[in-house]
Amino acid sequence: MEIRPIFASLRKHRIPAILIVLEIALACAVLCNAVFMISKRVGDIGMANAIDESGLSVVNLDGTDPKLAASDIPRDLAALRGIAGVQAVGVTNSLPLSGNNWGWSFGLKSDSLVSDKSATNLSMYFLGAGTDQALGLQLKQGRFFNAGDYANSTMGGAALPDTHVVIVNESVAAQLWPGKPALGQVLYSNPSYYTVIGVVGNVVRPYANIRSTQRSYAATFFPLRAESTLSSYVLRSAPQDRARIVREAEQKLGEINPGAVAKGQAYSDIRDKYFADMRSMAWMLVLVCVVMLAVTAFGIVGLTSFWVAQRRRQIGIRRAVGATRGDILSYFRTENFLLTGMGVVLGMALAFGINVYLMQHYEMDRMPWYYLPGSAVALWLLGQLAVLGPALRAAAVPPVVATRSV
Amino acid sequence: MFGYYLDLAWHSLKRSPVLTALMVLAIGLGIGASMTMMTVLHVLTDDPMPGRSSQLFTPHLDPLPLNYKQGDDSPDAADNVTWPDAMALLKAHRAERQAAMAGGTLLVRPARADLRPFNVDGRFATADFFAMFGLTFEYGEAWSAVNDAARAHVVVLSDTLHRKLFGNGSGIGQDVRLGDHDFRVIGVSADWQPKPLFYADPGAQHYSDADQFFIPLSAAVDLKLSTNGNQSGWGKNNDSTSLTGATMTWLQFWVQLDSPAQVQAYRQFLVDYSAQQKALGRFERPSTDAKLYTLMDWLNHENLVPNDVRLQLWLALGFLFVCMVNIVALLLAKFLRRSSEISVRRALGARRRDIFLQLGIESALIGVAGGMLGIVIAQIGLWSVRHRPDDYAQLAQMDIPMLLGTLALAIVASVVAGLLPAWRACRVQPALQLKTS
Repeated sequence: MEIRPIFASLRKHRIPAILIVLEIALACAVLCNAVFMISKRVGDIGMANAIDESGLSVVNLDGTDPKLAASDIPRDLAALRGIAGVQAVGVTNSLPLSGNNWGWSFGLKSDSLVSDKSATNLSMYFLGAGTDQALGLQLKQGRFFNAGDYANSTMGGAALPDTHVVIVNESVAAQLWPGKPALGQVLYSNPSYYTVIGVVGNVVRPYANIRSTQRSYAATFFPLRAESTLSSYVLRSAPQDRARIVREAEQKLGEINPGAVAKGQAYSDIRDKYFADMRSMAWMLVLVCVVMLAVTAFGIVGLTSFWVAQRRRQIGIRRAVGATRGDILSYFRTENFLLTGMGVVLGMALAFGINVYLMQHYEMDRMPWYYLPGSAVALWLLGQLAVLGPALRAAAVPPVVATRSV
Repeated sequence: MFGYYLDLAWHSLKRSPVLTALMVLAIGLGIGASMTMMTVLHVLTDDPMPGRSSQLFTPHLDPLPLNYKQGDDSPDAADNVTWPDAMALLKAHRAERQAAMAGGTLLVRPARADLRPFNVDGRFATADFFAMFGLTFEYGEAWSAVNDAARAHVVVLSDTLHRKLFGNGSGIGQDVRLGDHDFRVIGVSADWQPKPLFYADPGAQHYSDADQFFIPLSAAVDLKLSTNGNQSGWGKNNDSTSLTGATMTWLQFWVQLDSPAQVQAYRQFLVDYSAQQKALGRFERPSTDAKLYTLMDWLNHENLVPNDVRLQLWLALGFLFVCMVNIVALLLAKFLRRSSEISVRRALGARRRDIFLQLGIESALIGVAGGMLGIVIAQIGLWSVRHRPDDYAQLAQMDIPMLLGTLALAIVASVVAGLLPAWRACRVQPALQLKTS
């Protein structure tokens, strides 16, 4: 296909040509960034979390007498264990993605203070006896807490427990002691210190950090005897039993703790709620992309149709001097291909610029390079699809048009 | 002439209904999406206390040690105030009114047998809170500084909570059990929910939270009621979690200053106070770090508008721009297709200006139709925002200025989009056109 005549003709229709190029460029720029944002959010929503998410139910108990916790909690646990279908029960202060964070900064030297600049902020989960197994933590190294660990650990209203053992996430171990075995290492916050006795698969913190996966996994686990800090009961069961178990657990805990409020839900609901606005944002981005592509496509259809109508006579003449229908068709398709090509080159530069701007002003990462050619191909396809209708109409112009004046 | 042009425009639009519909749809979608996000941003950045906000200020002291490490994920620890600083500012009494406060969630244990215990959000505050923020009372009254000093177990309930607990009767003088303590009801305030809840802790849900009860701060600290805001400490282990300790920020402090002179004086007072604390060795940072924010500046500083909303607005405007380029192209096609008609009019004596005006009116007509569609689409958009799980969802409503703004934006956008095509079309050479056709 000879492209020089196409360029010559485009030079005559400079304004419409520029408009198509501009429209493609803008669509390409917005598309790149929007798709990148969608994929980022889809990635966050799917964030891995090494507990038995699908089998867990959670019941929060609020309003009990803190002084009676030592006897109430074991009684409550025993009652929950009696519910049909419950495989394991435990109690903790908070759950991943629940928004209820207990954080502290630890150092690696024995005189480290919480306020030290070099200290690392970690989320602390306090687990009652057996809760490590009830949650379904995945032990990678070392051991879980034993009965002695649980019995010897108290808080008594302080910020830190007086135990000396801790279990950490794999990600924490890799961050704090790169290349070294984590077992036996110590976290300090003078005068407290905690020796790592176990490493587990990565559990998300109560707050995920959308900027950094590593920060989202900065969580640690401490044993704690029955104390009022522990107010979230976790129950593990088959997934299909969860709704019934939540109902029965709420009822049972309400009966034996008349002054308190028991509120339960399946763990998956906590997770869904946490990501709900991210999900709605992703859908809204999808909607904008689809509508924008449709508008762009209609724009191309409209403009090309006008073009075809304007050049009916010229098309007739070409057909009369021997051009086949295929030639006419491929003329318009090549023309569109060239215009879209110019548009996407401009659009890719624009997309890159927008991404750099968003990185500076919003919490945005650098866009991987393959988004650029990806959306270029998408727009090329869209352009070819949009031009097909008008181009077919152009190809259907009979040669006899050439001999008639309008 | 205007009526005639309108008539011409109407006929011309009717002649190519598909193209017209396409243009109206494009401008409607672009305007609808943009106005949805603009409305959301508009309600999020609105003044929560119209008429009063210019007199409300919040002091910002910086008691943090020089080597304090701000958390990556937590709000600035210096955004809140420590107990000793709040008490010192209260005692100094340098402003017209001043109050220290903190949010709390308590379990209400109703006396009525048919109600289960439930949690409510409220505020622990000092006496000036009510007069300073202008709460109105349905029954009873606020507590006084005397009650503050006596750490009195009294409570002011919101109308909603009062109705829930006492039905239509009056609860004044009766006891309500909150947490593990009884509080005597001394007042019932009309429901109070400034949007955003500007005085709440930086971590609060500013657009959906509302205070249902008010308890003297002194009593709350005395009873060690748990607060639900951010507490940032830098003392050694356990002193940093004591509410009255000097090394933990957790309180919010607001003052009312009526004149610029008072504002100036208060600013100086804060600097002097910081300098004095520095001399005592408590503060480590320069005393000039002490600031006084106006209410609107404070909202800006807190950056309450979610980044997602700004991003979505940019996206919507980008989309509107795509739509406009699209309309420019379609109008160009439409106008140039009528070259012969324009040539006839020109040959019969119409000036370029007349043609330009005629085509401009045609663009504006598309804008009006697009604006109408835009309003409908924006209402659907806002309806979907209201069904989103975000904190601010319930606020997404369009007011009259935004409604008119939508229509105006649509007309301006379409007229701007029509400029280039109209200019191009009125430069058609009549003689050439007439000859070739």
